[in-house]
Amino acid sequence: MARDPIDTSTIHGRFPAFEPAGRAGASFKPQHLEAIAGDPGSIGFLEVHAENYMGAGGPPHAALAKIRAMLPVSLHGVCMSIGGLNPLDQTHLDRFAGLVERYEPFLVSEHLAWSTHDDVFYNDLLPLPYTDGTLARVCEHIDRVQEAIGRPMLLENPSTYVLFAQSTWTETDFLREIVRRTGCGLLLDINNVFVSATNHGFSATDYLADFPLAHVGEIHLAGHDEQEDDEGAPLLIDSHDRPVADPVWTLYERVIRQCGPITTLVEWDADVPEWPILRSEAAAAERILGAHRQRTGRSMKSHALHS
Amino acid sequence: MRSTPEGVAPLQQPFEEVFGQVILEPDRPEPDFVIGPHGKAAAKRFNVYRNNVTHSLVTALAEIFPATALILGERNFRMIARDFLRANPPRSRLVFEYGHGLPDHLAAFEPIRHLAYLPDVARLERAWLDAYHAADQAPLWPGEISAIPPEALAKTRFTPHPAMRLVRSDYAIHTIFVAHRGGPMPHRIDAGVAENVLVTRPALQVEVRRVEPSQAVFLLALGDGAPLQEAVEWAAKGDPCFDLAAAIGLLIESGAFSACQPATHDED
Repeated sequence: MARDPIDTSTIHGRFPAFEPAGRAGASFKPQHLEAIAGDPGSIGFLEVHAENYMGAGGPPHAALAKIRAMLPVSLHGVCMSIGGLNPLDQTHLDRFAGLVERYEPFLVSEHLAWSTHDDVFYNDLLPLPYTDGTLARVCEHIDRVQEAIGRPMLLENPSTYVLFAQSTWTETDFLREIVRRTGCGLLLDINNVFVSATNHGFSATDYLADFPLAHVGEIHLAGHDEQEDDEGAPLLIDSHDRPVADPVWTLYERVIRQCGPITTLVEWDADVPEWPILRSEAAAAERILGAHRQRTGRSMKSHALHS
Repeated sequence: MRSTPEGVAPLQQPFEEVFGQVILEPDRPEPDFVIGPHGKAAAKRFNVYRNNVTHSLVTALAEIFPATALILGERNFRMIARDFLRANPPRSRLVFEYGHGLPDHLAAFEPIRHLAYLPDVARLERAWLDAYHAADQAPLWPGEISAIPPEALAKTRFTPHPAMRLVRSDYAIHTIFVAHRGGPMPHRIDAGVAENVLVTRPALQVEVRRVEPSQAVFLLALGDGAPLQEAVEWAAKGDPCFDLAAAIGLLIESGAFSACQPATHDED
């Protein structure tokens, strides 16, 4: 199904409107700008990390404005620290909301993780215990984000390497309760599910069976690295530096078969390849989406997250 | 509702505080509340986070300071960057704002004292990235200056462009910077030649140019809000041959300023 960038209307009149729901997209990397501009129809949408565009001006904004004029963009925050106990940083929240206003992303997402504590920024998605206390705090933070951006956000399930002795909630129950309390949607990262399942010795299939799939507005796929834990068993690392692994494709295909097309992003953030390679990964997701598009009629449903 | 699983003490401290105390210190054990599944150990597991934090920030510094990293060699740079970040973790969530303290860290690091020029090269690299991300603004339009009546020129003040930076050094930092960031590499660099570097971004390209010492004084004075006449006096104090026409040409051509305000009658 070819995208038709002409026969569309606009939201605020600043950018063309598109219908990216149920399409496949890729991480946007500035080095791919020219290749994408030469053939924007080759990808359903592009996703950017919000923090890379929080500078005042310069080439990053010029590049984002250019791709936004050609394609739908989803905004993926990495540093909001929603999973931390400290209140959200107002400056960061303002910058984030400013990007939502300026670039009109069709999806806005953040992580169930923390990265800043007492002003120190650790530049990683760090884990949190799943307790009544952290649940309340995460929900407060999501309420605040959604209030700031004036629309629902998607929350991404993490990949983790450790567990917390204090946790009293399963991750799926924790996410389900967050959705119930805040009205946010979920970003289902299937690579994260596979990584965490391998690392913690549970079944990825069981996890997905218990995942609130009805609230998923976007899926992430990515590649992972393999190391060893203290006992010599595989310890998977969410590295985003290679193609999506076969078992992750298998899980993805199952989710799409069950749910119908869900907007899907292929992430690639380190050792980034030439555009055709990343585009072909997205094309592989697009084929799976296409195979289930006619059958289910979910193609236009996207958790009511369009602004 | 359960507050903690049976037999597990509730956390006495915010979990992030405990994480933060050990994540940058490889010799300390992982927090006792992080565990592996089914009774497995968590040492290597926790080290994944340690490695992620350190590796990502060291890599960020290597990308912010590519010439510095090239001069030191990848291995040395990464070692120094790791020590720097353990002592000075980022306070901003925007990685591209990190590393303003690295030049001083390099200057204080005894084993590289002989690379006396290196801290200023790093300062120039940091200034380059500040200019890259600075706010978009049109540079001063030459017609604005020519429209000022001659009698008002002396008291005219200039507004620095958001991307404008000046790095002054006792060393040949412009030559070294250019040679290590994809520019031509001279047969020999005399690092002991003082160079002043003007960094601007009139449009989307960051421009880095060497300026005369008196031009640096002139631009800095204007940037601090001094009227033209006063800036000229400062510049001529150090260099009686200071060429005002050339300096005005530089001011316009480089995009170092974004606006000018002729003197008002009150000031006359």
